Amino acid sequence: MASQDIIARSATTTVPSSVRNQEEVAKLIDTTKCIGCKACQVACSEWNELRDDVGHNLGTYDNPQDLSAETWTLMRFTEHETDAGNLEWLIRKDGCMHCAEPGCLAACPSPGAIIKHANGIVDFDQDHCIGCGYCITGCPFNIPRISQKDHKAYKCTLCSDRVAVGLEPACVKTCPTGAIVFGTKDDMKEHAAERIVDLKSRGFDNAGLYDPEGVGGTHVMYVLHHADTPKLYAGLPNAPTISPLVDLWKGVSKPLGLLAMGLAVLAGFFHYVRVGPQLVEEDELPTTVDPAVHEVDPSVHIFDPRGEDRP
Amino acid sequence: MIRRQILRYTSNQRTNHWLVAIFFFMAALSGLALFHPALFWLSNLFGGGPWTRILHPFMGVVMFVLFLGLVIQFFRANFFISNDRLWLRRVGRVIKNEEEGVPPIGKYNPGQKLLFWTLLICMLVLLFSGLVIWRAYFSEYFGITSIRWAMLLHALAGLILVLSIIVHIYAGIWIKGSVSAMTHGWVSRAWARKHHELWYREVTRDEHPDRPISKKG
Repeated sequence: MASQDIIARSATTTVPSSVRNQEEVAKLIDTTKCIGCKACQVACSEWNELRDDVGHNLGTYDNPQDLSAETWTLMRFTEHETDAGNLEWLIRKDGCMHCAEPGCLAACPSPGAIIKHANGIVDFDQDHCIGCGYCITGCPFNIPRISQKDHKAYKCTLCSDRVAVGLEPACVKTCPTGAIVFGTKDDMKEHAAERIVDLKSRGFDNAGLYDPEGVGGTHVMYVLHHADTPKLYAGLPNAPTISPLVDLWKGVSKPLGLLAMGLAVLAGFFHYVRVGPQLVEEDELPTTVDPAVHEVDPSVHIFDPRGEDRP
Repeated sequence: MIRRQILRYTSNQRTNHWLVAIFFFMAALSGLALFHPALFWLSNLFGGGPWTRILHPFMGVVMFVLFLGLVIQFFRANFFISNDRLWLRRVGRVIKNEEEGVPPIGKYNPGQKLLFWTLLICMLVLLFSGLVIWRAYFSEYFGITSIRWAMLLHALAGLILVLSIIVHIYAGIWIKGSVSAMTHGWVSRAWARKHHELWYREVTRDEHPDRPISKKG
């Protein structure tokens, strides 16, 4: 069945079917309301049937330590001391940001392995994934992970299976404080704006929405108390963009490379047609036997002057 | 009786060359499958996308190791000599099949020498950048910036390598008598004298020690 709501497809140079008009959705994560309970992590692993290996405590609250093929979302805890000497516990739920201009999709070489739905969800199709890891190279947020079990790439799907049937993502459903909400992107922006007014009135002058322009905006957005320095939140990029190296690698250089290869073949063909082959002419053949030795055709040896003079 | 033809490549050298060629084609076709969406269908030659991803780096490493065999055997003959500069200046005449004023050259002409060193550089870049982006074994040891540079350099070196080989193959088609050197090893004396006169004089010196072979030289 053709999916009519896929508006971008990896390694595809034509426009996929995209006549359906859907409203863009977004998940809004309010870091100022998060209590770090990790219920979202549990809901994610339950809904998606993921059971990551039990790891080790490395002295932080982060558990597990990093995202993996079986951990699609992760609370990252940062202890931040403000200029006034107050300790702030910044907790950010990390996971795929569902960029409007996804670096993973741009980098992926396998047609259809990464798709973007009309509602903005960026999804990996493991049936088409070849396991090269180019999506990791392309991602500005360090999100995709290759499984060592099946060598396929995995990341948060924004519960595309739930959203497709009108449900909210599992993490949203479970969040006990309402720090994670889900809806149309416009509604989420409006909701965030209200939250930011509230936060500013409470003294968080730099409160703001994280919806970075460099990747065309995202379909997972954060309300941050310190929107002027997203880096504070466990290294959330201040101004994420698709790396210029990835742009160069996947952008103009490849069509130009193809063109160069085609032109090289054509140049050879027309050189042959116009100039022709470089032949070694037979008359240039040097005598192969040492010319110092005179080899004479035996047929001319009928005359022997000494024999004739013989008495 | 003296054999009319001259042996240009031994059977071991020919085998080595063609093994490199076979692995180059496999690595190049699988690499091109990942190079541009228009060529992804090439992955079908290797059993689909995942198999292409699995096989490509191994084929590349085998190609590199075999290529080192060629390097060890041929690098000495690929150092540039004084005549090469003039030859390169007159490469326009060479391309038009006009031999007048083109100086005699050794076993390899400067174009072949440039190709040799270009291939060597490309192979080295491909090997090291390829290890960095070999996700199954090595990528975890490298930072994202190194991986991005390696991706770019790998694609660039691959492109230059493919372009160089297109030139290499065409030169074989264009210069009649060359292909036999690499298929059964022998070239005609006329071919050797015409295209690699200094080499011809060298290999035939023992046959005619007292007598200059070429009137041109």
